[in-house]
Amino acid sequence: MSVLVIAEIDTHGLKTATRSAISAAAQLGGEVHVLLAGENIQGIALQAKEIKGLSKILVADSPEYAQGIAENLSPLVRQLAADYQTIVAAATSFGKNLLPRVAALLDVAMVSEVTQILAPRRFVRPIYAGNLNATVAAPVGQLVLTIRPTTFAPAELQGGAAEVVAVASTGDAGKARFVSRELAVSDRPELATAKVVISGGRSLGSKEAFHATLTPLAEQLGAAIGATRAAVDSGMAPNDWQVGQTGTVIAPELYIAFGVSGAAQHVGGIKDAKIIVAVNTDPDAPIFKVADYGLVADLFTVIPALQSALKG
Amino acid sequence: MKILVQIKRVIDYQVTVRPTADGRNVETAGVKMSINPFDENALEAAVRLKEAGLATEVLAVAIGSAANQDVLRHALAMGADRALLLETEHTLGSLQTAKALKALVAREAPQLVLTGKQAIDDDAAETAQMLAALLDWPQATFASAITLADGVATVVREIDGGQETLQLNLPAVISADLRLNDPRFIKLPALMMAKKKPLETLPLAELGAVEAPALTLEAVNEPPARPAGRVLGNVDELVAALRAAKVLS
Ligand SMILES: Cc1cc2nc3c(=O)[nH]c(=O)nc-3n(C[C@H](O)[C@H](O)[C@H](O)COP(=O)(O)OP(=O)(O)OC[C@H]3O[C@@H](n4cnc5c(N)ncnc54)[C@H](O)[C@@H]3O)c2cc1C
Ligand SMILES: Nc1ncnc2c1ncn2[C@@H]1O[C@H](COP(=O)(O)O)[C@@H](O)[C@H]1O
Repeated sequence: MSVLVIAEIDTHGLKTATRSAISAAAQLGGEVHVLLAGENIQGIALQAKEIKGLSKILVADSPEYAQGIAENLSPLVRQLAADYQTIVAAATSFGKNLLPRVAALLDVAMVSEVTQILAPRRFVRPIYAGNLNATVAAPVGQLVLTIRPTTFAPAELQGGAAEVVAVASTGDAGKARFVSRELAVSDRPELATAKVVISGGRSLGSKEAFHATLTPLAEQLGAAIGATRAAVDSGMAPNDWQVGQTGTVIAPELYIAFGVSGAAQHVGGIKDAKIIVAVNTDPDAPIFKVADYGLVADLFTVIPALQSALKG
Repeated sequence: MKILVQIKRVIDYQVTVRPTADGRNVETAGVKMSINPFDENALEAAVRLKEAGLATEVLAVAIGSAANQDVLRHALAMGADRALLLETEHTLGSLQTAKALKALVAREAPQLVLTGKQAIDDDAAETAQMLAALLDWPQATFASAITLADGVATVVREIDGGQETLQLNLPAVISADLRLNDPRFIKLPALMMAKKKPLETLPLAELGAVEAPALTLEAVNEPPARPAGRVLGNVDELVAALRAAKVLS
């Protein structure tokens, strides 16, 4: 039986994380269909046709889906779900918000933040901020999954030929109203998918110092900037820069942590980076236990030195 | 207006967790347990709403073994008026938990249920949304600000890339992010007073059936360790190493 992937649309179109969910869905066996729900999304549907491995795109184009309101989307998914064995989405803030609601409406089991598919009903997922991995088995019946996008390569954007089918709206549930959304605008890459991420901790000292110290290096490296919770809580960095258990989980090629102690809740969000570099004045800082390369040094001298070494 | 706050007892966030010897579960023997950090934020928000005159009663609810009395006493000391333990020796899955809470909501008739955004043991982040679905109530997950007026909750939510604001018609379910507030520090007099507040225990079975499909935990492992790293002498060595690893051009 087929798998239905719930797509996520942002200002740039279909999110990369959705293509990761499509790759994960392909591992479950059966046809992979995707639900695109939103407003004025015909153009996105045409792009999505090309995605490799996808056989059908269900398009629900209606104003009540424009803002991703879970109260409106969950009845739609519930109605479509009858034809599917498994419902999958990426474990982004959108997917995490919506899919448990869907699972409860369907009265079926849910597995969140899957990092490995061992069999169609056996999965590995991180627990305790990623300090441990749990292997879980789901009971017979329909299943709802969210998958961690960093552990499944996004399905390719070409080579597919999916059929596009319109589906009717289930209307406005009238329970929740969208008021506003403030998204950070930046020309730097997105934190969740950047190849290079540099991050700063509490020791950067102030909002001004955080930006003045990290931004030029980030620009030189084409990197996204991340932060610890301590840095975010003291107002040095916006909340969506937080990396870790309660922030974004990332898996860049290169992660450089400046003045980050390496608390378990932070490390849980970077463990899948290819190379981790730690710069910390304390040789006993726990971050050195997960770092591939470390410098026991003051970040305020390392960063300018790194900038000139990169120029040379 | 009554607010119900869900409190889960979990391994303290500072403990280094380990699998049991047979690799089938997480070692909890002799391990420090605490209130789930996000649930403290949920409770703090509820107590502040009461202090602001926007709520009349704060009820703290835990589902689990008799050992949960300690986190419920903590909740009472933080300012909950009443605590209720739905006692069971079984570990419930998220949907079972949500069903138990739905039954309790029918009994207690709160206008608002506050939970943590996730429990730091299973990191599931499922219960609030499931409960909202079962009750057919609106939901706001990952809340970093809550205001109540005229039967409407206005909630700022933390989302990927920024934040958004939603308005929910009450009754509603809201899950708390750490940024919602700084939970108060409990002082000794509050602890003493908490001893006099009512803490009721109700066998979960008495609430009725909470049948729901649940996952089976087969194994718990430490993730593969990263290969041992190297401390380098200076920035030039670092740049050379990163170029050799082909992560820098
Ligand atoms: C439920 C829960 C969830 C959490 N989730 C997250 C999360 O998602 N992400 C997260 O990051 N945290 C999270 N935390 C917080 C986490 O436990 C730590 O408190 C936090 O990561 C510490 O941030 P920090 O490294 O900036 O600060 P600190 O721990 O204070 O460390 C500062 C470091 O900077 C070093 N330093 C100081 N000056 C310099 C200098 N000049 N040059 C170089 N190094 C210097 C110090 O040696 C020290 O190691 C969570 C906590 C809880 C309870
Ligand atoms: N056994 C439980 N007892 C009380 N509250 C719970 C329980 N399990 C989950 N919760 C609540 O649901 C939230 C989210 O948990 P979870 O969905 O398991 O990540 C927690 O922060 C608690 O507020």
